[in-house]
Amino acid sequence: MALTYTPREQIEVYRFSLPVTIIVPVLAVFLQAFLPLRFPFFSIFDLPLLVVIFFAMARRSQVAGLVTGAAIGLLQDSLTHQPIGLYGIAKTVVGYGASSLGVKLDVESVGTRFLVITAFDVIHEVIYFSIAHGMVRLNLHWNWAHELESALANAILGVFLFALMDRLKDRA
Amino acid sequence: MGRYRNVSFLAAAIFLQILGLAVQVKRSSENQPSRLIRVWAVSAITPPEKALVRVQNGASDIWHNYFYLRGVRQENRELREQIEQLQLDQVRLKQDADQAHRLQMLLGFKEQFISKTLAAQVIGSSGSEQSRTVYIDKGSRDGIQLEMAVISAAGVVGRVINVFKSTSQVLLINDQQSGVGAILEQSRLQGVLKGKSSGELVIDKIMADEEVKPGDRVLTSGGDQIFPKGLIVGTVDKIEKGPEFLQVSVKPTAALNRLEEVLVIVRKEEREPPSTATGMRASDILAERLPSVPDKPAVPANVPGSAARGAIPTNGVRTHPVAPGGASQTAGQAKAPAGAGSTAAKPITPVPGSASGSTGAPGSKPATPSSNSAAAPNAKSSPTNSKPVANTTPSQPQPNPPGDTPQ
Repeated sequence: MALTYTPREQIEVYRFSLPVTIIVPVLAVFLQAFLPLRFPFFSIFDLPLLVVIFFAMARRSQVAGLVTGAAIGLLQDSLTHQPIGLYGIAKTVVGYGASSLGVKLDVESVGTRFLVITAFDVIHEVIYFSIAHGMVRLNLHWNWAHELESALANAILGVFLFALMDRLKDRA
Repeated sequence: MGRYRNVSFLAAAIFLQILGLAVQVKRSSENQPSRLIRVWAVSAITPPEKALVRVQNGASDIWHNYFYLRGVRQENRELREQIEQLQLDQVRLKQDADQAHRLQMLLGFKEQFISKTLAAQVIGSSGSEQSRTVYIDKGSRDGIQLEMAVISAAGVVGRVINVFKSTSQVLLINDQQSGVGAILEQSRLQGVLKGKSSGELVIDKIMADEEVKPGDRVLTSGGDQIFPKGLIVGTVDKIEKGPEFLQVSVKPTAALNRLEEVLVIVRKEEREPPSTATGMRASDILAERLPSVPDKPAVPANVPGSAARGAIPTNGVRTHPVAPGGASQTAGQAKAPAGAGSTAAKPITPVPGSASGSTGAPGSKPATPSSNSAAAPNAKSSPTNSKPVANTTPSQPQPNPPGDTPQ
């Protein structure tokens, strides 16, 4: 699992068609809301987060990354009964971070993707918990084992999902 | 400035969202400021969910009703046997229920009836482990309103927290912002059932010196004014003893992570139970069952017919025993169908012993001051407290039993 540094001029930037830009995030939020009812184990995954990381890393634009993260996060928030903004802020930061990393690293390899998803999943949870605890006064219980398990499960799913979503990319 | 452009955008995006969060947290009516965003999101996500659930149900119906009929004959035979057994049980239970109703009438007890329910399909969830909510396919145009109780055949599910035109959001009982007034069936301890962030259900604030046993059923106490009294919520799973309080973990009877169909209680009424004994007053029936001065036999003992009145032995005391505590204890022994499935279609029979359960009468002890206060709203329906039942019964007139000659 080698992390390779790629010079800026060699980095390829991708873009996505408008239907893909809209449908994929909405589909991710939809599946995230629908599948856990049929398959309870699915609640360990965070499909919207995977989509944020994928789009951010592929576009390699920090502004685009944070806007994508904010939009998907807010959509996810609006389906919960918690105040809107918890997922929004967490995913904004993840979108920004993933696109920043995408500029510096070759994020096309499986190993890199696995590590990046694992790391951003944990970061996402830390931010979510901090805001939920600090601002909204939610009494959430942090469980390292559960968070690591969730991060690894997301990373495994993400590797396959990213390979699938690579087909949707258009070279800029 | 161009150097900090991206960071500025990040700071602005975070600042705006924090501002939005602060506004929502500050306002007590949390849903109002963000109502429009939620309506948009729900309108975008729930229609495909509904369609998918319908397709799934249609396919399942076709499969189960037309193709997969293996073992149906055997199942039919078994069900017939089960019906026969249940009919026998029903006769016995009906007698108990009739007796309970008569005694409740005597006590002026008012039952909560579920007078109307609405079946709904669960179409989606929040998709977050931190928000244990589900969406159902019924909304304001179907008569759903905020704070309506949602149950399933297995037990209590949750309450409606958001109503849209054709969908509603239900807060499950295992969410940490949920609270259900609960009573333990055996020990009669009352408390508030809460969810934890891990999705576990607990009853806290029960004093450490109280005795709670695993397996004890947990029922709704009615103290929250949302869930009618006597619905089953779960069973006690484990008990952890703290220095001051017990931490009672409860296993829900409803499969909260695999819900498909639910019932929304759209209307409930409070009224006296229906009289089942035609032409007989409850006090007469009670008096008949209490020890009393024997009637002077109007006919000689050897006359046929008087022997049939074996209920009055020669010492003059009737053989129907009445336990100390009188009416309330007898009512407490009445069997109550605690399953939500049976209560949904029929009036809710109160929890065994709950004729005085949440009213503060003997048999119902609040766990702590805090749990007591949680059940406090229920205390208004407490005519039972002031009725000295045991004192009044001896003075009841002794009715002439059927078959006796009036003197």
